[in-house]
Amino acid sequence: MSGAAYFASFWLGKLSLKALPPSAIQWFGASLMILVPLGIALLLSVTHRWKWLYHEWLTTLDPKKIGVMYIIVALAMLLRGGADVALIKTQQALSAGSNAGILSASHFQQIVTAHGTIMIFFVAMGLMFGLINLLVPLQIGARDVAFPFLNATSFWLFFGGMVLVNISLILGDFAATGWLAYPPLSELHFSPTVGVDYWIWSLEIAGIGSLLAAINFLVTILKMRVKGMNFMKMPMFVWSVLGSMLLVAFAFPILTVTLTLLALDRDIGTHFFTATGGGNMMMYVNLIWAWGHPEVYILILPAFGVFSEVVSTFARKRLFGYPSMVWAIAAIVLLSFIVWLHHFFTMGAGSDVNAFFGIMTMVIAVPTGVKIFNWLFTLYRGRIRMASPLLWFIGFVVIFTIGGMAGVLMAVPPVDFQLHNSLFLVAHFHMMIVGGVVFADFAAITYWFPKIFGFKLNEKLGRLAFWLWLIGFLLSFVPLYILGFMGATRRLNHYSASLGWQQLFIVSAVGAAIIGMAVGVQILQFAVSIYQRKANRDKTGDPWDGRSLEWSTPSPVPFYSFAKTPQVSTRDAFWEAKKQKQTSTPQPYEDIVLTKNSPLALVIAGGALIFAFAVVWHIWWLAIVGLLIVIATIILRSMDEHTEYILSASEVERLDRAYLKAGGLSK
Amino acid sequence: MSANDTAKARDVSYDVLVSAHQPENVSLRGYVIGFIASIILTLSAYLLTRHGGMSKGVLVVLLSGLAFSQFIVQLIYFLHIGKEFAPRLKLMMLAFMLTVVIILVGGSLWIMNNLSHRMNMPSVQQMTNYMKSQDNL
Repeated sequence: MSGAAYFASFWLGKLSLKALPPSAIQWFGASLMILVPLGIALLLSVTHRWKWLYHEWLTTLDPKKIGVMYIIVALAMLLRGGADVALIKTQQALSAGSNAGILSASHFQQIVTAHGTIMIFFVAMGLMFGLINLLVPLQIGARDVAFPFLNATSFWLFFGGMVLVNISLILGDFAATGWLAYPPLSELHFSPTVGVDYWIWSLEIAGIGSLLAAINFLVTILKMRVKGMNFMKMPMFVWSVLGSMLLVAFAFPILTVTLTLLALDRDIGTHFFTATGGGNMMMYVNLIWAWGHPEVYILILPAFGVFSEVVSTFARKRLFGYPSMVWAIAAIVLLSFIVWLHHFFTMGAGSDVNAFFGIMTMVIAVPTGVKIFNWLFTLYRGRIRMASPLLWFIGFVVIFTIGGMAGVLMAVPPVDFQLHNSLFLVAHFHMMIVGGVVFADFAAITYWFPKIFGFKLNEKLGRLAFWLWLIGFLLSFVPLYILGFMGATRRLNHYSASLGWQQLFIVSAVGAAIIGMAVGVQILQFAVSIYQRKANRDKTGDPWDGRSLEWSTPSPVPFYSFAKTPQVSTRDAFWEAKKQKQTSTPQPYEDIVLTKNSPLALVIAGGALIFAFAVVWHIWWLAIVGLLIVIATIILRSMDEHTEYILSASEVERLDRAYLKAGGLSK
Repeated sequence: MSANDTAKARDVSYDVLVSAHQPENVSLRGYVIGFIASIILTLSAYLLTRHGGMSKGVLVVLLSGLAFSQFIVQLIYFLHIGKEFAPRLKLMMLAFMLTVVIILVGGSLWIMNNLSHRMNMPSVQQMTNYMKSQDNL
């Protein structure tokens, strides 16, 4: 190697001008990834809001603000993943017979991989952690989470993973392997570019962030509940989060280790998952699904929690069968670890293995069914208000039940042999994750928006968005069930015109376009609601006649959350307090301990991002720099003994009275 | 309104806040012992595999033993199992963890052995030779 080439490879690793995008569509994506952050930066400079951003958001350790940031990032990524859908659906609608469509095969596969990765890790997980941050401390009557700094670190690691995925649009490429990157395709020999490395390291960072967040919320729920709230008095959302976080704590280490083994295979030549040298690629599939199946329930359990809250509030009835709901969550938590093989029935294990995991898969549908019936019984003879959060619930029941039945069908191994890797499967899991998780998140955003921002979202546009979503979704995914039966496989970028599939693919693309309109209406809904915020202001703090503790605070929630420690003696504590009109015996104000802001969480995640980017491109000196930044910052933070401050009782009283006066709360 | 704007907010010393609920049985010494023991156990697993020169069967037993020892070390020195008052909740957590570990390890062994048996998996050498002949690997 010549001196100059050695010099370049030392300082830049594999990075060179060849890493820039090759095609026009990719250039368009890359320019968006550069222009959008630039536009935001320009806007901040023009409005002189950099300081505000730094003090109020970037350095905050307040879980309510961290929750809002999670949701903003997730919604932005929903648009990115949605743009991927537009390309995928256009390609599939056009690309029959002699028409090659608009994308090259490799680019199409990258887009499909990016769509899956982004939607699961940066949209569904982001919305979930956002809601957990906003709601769990409020619902258990705590002012903060157990480890506020760790919480901010989790968020910024999640953010770092998101940034790394999007850097791949500008420099290099993304994995073209499908969202779980099975070897041997994801091994160095078959995927020699940096695409799979981007995938590995963005998930490593985001995954560690999720693991830390899970530990944090487990401790928060176990240790920081307000006095009087024993386990069987917790709101159902908190129960569902407890189950979900248990799963994260046990499942995400498997993901981290599996990805590390794959990275070792790619970077230092080990043979964990190669066919040569004694490796076994099926071990990767086994391990990734040992994480992947619990992951599905990690996403859906909090969604169940959201619907439990929404249904009982809008039926004005206490939740039907609370203990059975709790036991259903417990059963799901355990069973979700005993079904992972159903993702690879076809790999060649014997009928004894397949039969066991097939039966376990059918069994796990039982506790889920229990929950569906409990919600329906809660609605039965309730005093129902058909507001848009409840509409999302009804849409969810329809779609989730159809998708769930398809899932039980595929739990039968011989049926799965026919449907494996087909669009039938794609339709099934989109019905579970969009119909289940995303609908729940929209319901939650509508429902808790006034609590966080102090005004309601526009109801008319919310309803319109719901109906467009529902119609577009069914139009988009029902054809995929049919196509799957006809033999269409997933990640299909081209097919023969003689198969007669094109009409169905076009119908599916039209459905996706309607979902696009629905998202447009939702953006309009935010804009209109912000514009009309004075008219929609929530002065009561309790706009929906709610049941749990968060509704006892003024809207928007003050930074100290509760002026006085709430008192809990029953389930649905706030509802009971309202009913008995005994608005709590007058309590004195107390000193409140709060956490100071810190920029160090951002620095840790920045170091992790630098490390990951450097490893992707084999820039080893930079990787060491990134790692040193992380370690040094952790040590620096550990030495800081003054991380908290006290808000005096008199100050709390002054602020609280101001809030009560402004809101017209009569307490 | 931001926490920073609050004029009357004041600093709290770390000692005042934390000393009250600092568990007594958690010591630096314990962490150091656990850390060193973990490193020794991991290194010996590596060295045994790399330079031990023993048969596969013996190696599997030895490595399983080392892995299990490390598991116990981490439970005792990092998670402080058995050192503090254990309410039912902690016992349940431990039982759940053991259940999950047994399911995942046992399940993976069952699945992969079943697969090897059914697929009549070739030996490492046979597989390597085959791959080389197929694809110039």
